[in-house]
Amino acid sequence: MLSNEEIQDIDHEAAKLPYKKAAVIEALKIVQQHRGWINDESVSDIAECLEMSAAEVDSVATFYNLIFRSPVGRHVILLCDSISCYVMGYKNIYEALQQKLKIKFGETTADQRFTLLPNACLGCCDHAPALIINGELYTDISIETLDDILLKYT
Amino acid sequence: MERPLTKNIHAGRQPLSLKEYTTTGGYTALQQVLKNNTPQEVQQLVQKSNLKGRGGAGFNTGMKWSFVPMGADAPRPKYLIANADEMEPGTFKDRLLLEGNPHQLLEGMIIAAYAIQANISYIFLRWAYKKAARVLEQSIHEAYEAGWLGQNILGSGFSLNMHLHTGAGRYMCGEETALLNALEGKRATPRAKPPFPQVSGLFGKPTIVNNVETLCCVPHIVNNGAEWFQSLSYSEDSGTKIYGVSGKVNNPGAWELPMGVTMRELIEEHAGGMKKGYRLKGVLPGGASTDFLTEQHLDIKMDFKSVAAAGSRLGTATMVVMDDATCPVGFVHNLQHFFAQESCGWCTPCREGLPWVEKILLTIEKGEGKQEDIELLQMHTQLLGPGNTFCALAPGAMEPLQSAIKYFREDFDRHIREQKCPY
Repeated sequence: MLSNEEIQDIDHEAAKLPYKKAAVIEALKIVQQHRGWINDESVSDIAECLEMSAAEVDSVATFYNLIFRSPVGRHVILLCDSISCYVMGYKNIYEALQQKLKIKFGETTADQRFTLLPNACLGCCDHAPALIINGELYTDISIETLDDILLKYT
Repeated sequence: MERPLTKNIHAGRQPLSLKEYTTTGGYTALQQVLKNNTPQEVQQLVQKSNLKGRGGAGFNTGMKWSFVPMGADAPRPKYLIANADEMEPGTFKDRLLLEGNPHQLLEGMIIAAYAIQANISYIFLRWAYKKAARVLEQSIHEAYEAGWLGQNILGSGFSLNMHLHTGAGRYMCGEETALLNALEGKRATPRAKPPFPQVSGLFGKPTIVNNVETLCCVPHIVNNGAEWFQSLSYSEDSGTKIYGVSGKVNNPGAWELPMGVTMRELIEEHAGGMKKGYRLKGVLPGGASTDFLTEQHLDIKMDFKSVAAAGSRLGTATMVVMDDATCPVGFVHNLQHFFAQESCGWCTPCREGLPWVEKILLTIEKGEGKQEDIELLQMHTQLLGPGNTFCALAPGAMEPLQSAIKYFREDFDRHIREQKCPY
């Protein structure tokens, strides 16, 4: 069941739009904000809230890569794997992360601390390589600075 | 040399507040327009300035506006959307404008909305630009407080509401009609054209979608005139342009310069040349979906026409430099991986073709390629080219591929001959 707060936030977004179901991406983001990811129950709850079918909600949820339909760790690392970061060596960063965290892209550490995902261009190509953790941007990453960054997230 | 868009943006400095923006002449263009000009006059002025869309397509902005139905019978509400979904790999120019001088964008949007008589506007911002989101929320709030947004702006009778919409990922959202679907809460697949969004766009109503940089030019054109805007440029395409360079250069970054500076000036002067020990091998002049240019093209002007004449596109004008230590096959594989992943799946050539291209390139890169793989790739550049797909994603993806085979053929051949990556 959605919390009152979630429903209020969804209604607030829906009020800006000509019809309710136009708010479905916002609704998914709101629920994910509260719960970390979107499970099947949330899909049904959002569908009911916005007067649409669960299948419709899921078709949208599965389209957008930042809506998570599987559980994620406490912190989500998005490592840019696009072209400028490729030239500037994101693969070395990826290898270092794999060694440190013992996970590959798409996986979560056993202690649920980190999920590691690849991400398309983060728009800071003049400061490549780059990554985002929980919305916080880190640029000009090197293997040497990686430990300090990871330490901030427990 | 004038830098109207960035003269008040300084690295490491907070974004301009409303007060600071007003002190530097901000919102005078809007006042002038609301007081003295009809919407049609604004459209004509912008059309005459020859401002071309800065998102990559390069269409005359004033002309785009002129397709919107006007007058009492026009469908309402009309919409004005700022496309701030900057997701073209290698592109980081709009971020500078969004984070540095948000009110400049807002003023441009309000004037554009007035020109087409739109009463609702959205900024479609990519999710990754968290700082820009904070800055824009604050600026929109300030603009409402000051009466630049809302009902009956400055007593003119014109009203405009503005909303910030942040996405949930996917490159497709930058395509204008896919963006509209995303704003409507749908999967971001492109729409058939016609009808064009100018006539039937968001929620079926007349809609203009303009790039951030395009909209930021508008207040300056109003303040200084169409001739002034043309005079800023070194070429027939008007205005200044925000150029960027990334890759193994000494000083990667973005700079506002007269439209039509040469690639050489950008790379050698502004970006400080190649890093020690590296040579320039190729350049994507305007993002991931533009054809490679090489050393022989360094003296071409970076404007729409000149880059097209050299066989590529100006695109977003933020270039990615490929050095001689980077494998061209690996480089192009990275690009095709991106495009295959970002295909929305709506039409078959793109959905099926791009993953195939990606697999062939990976096979070659791993040293398992055959000679006929090159012909297979070339066939794809035709079959996924313009006219065979629903939108420009797959044709855009084919641009760096076809030009890589053209300019770096020997590198492809060596991978196959030696059955390994020579880099």
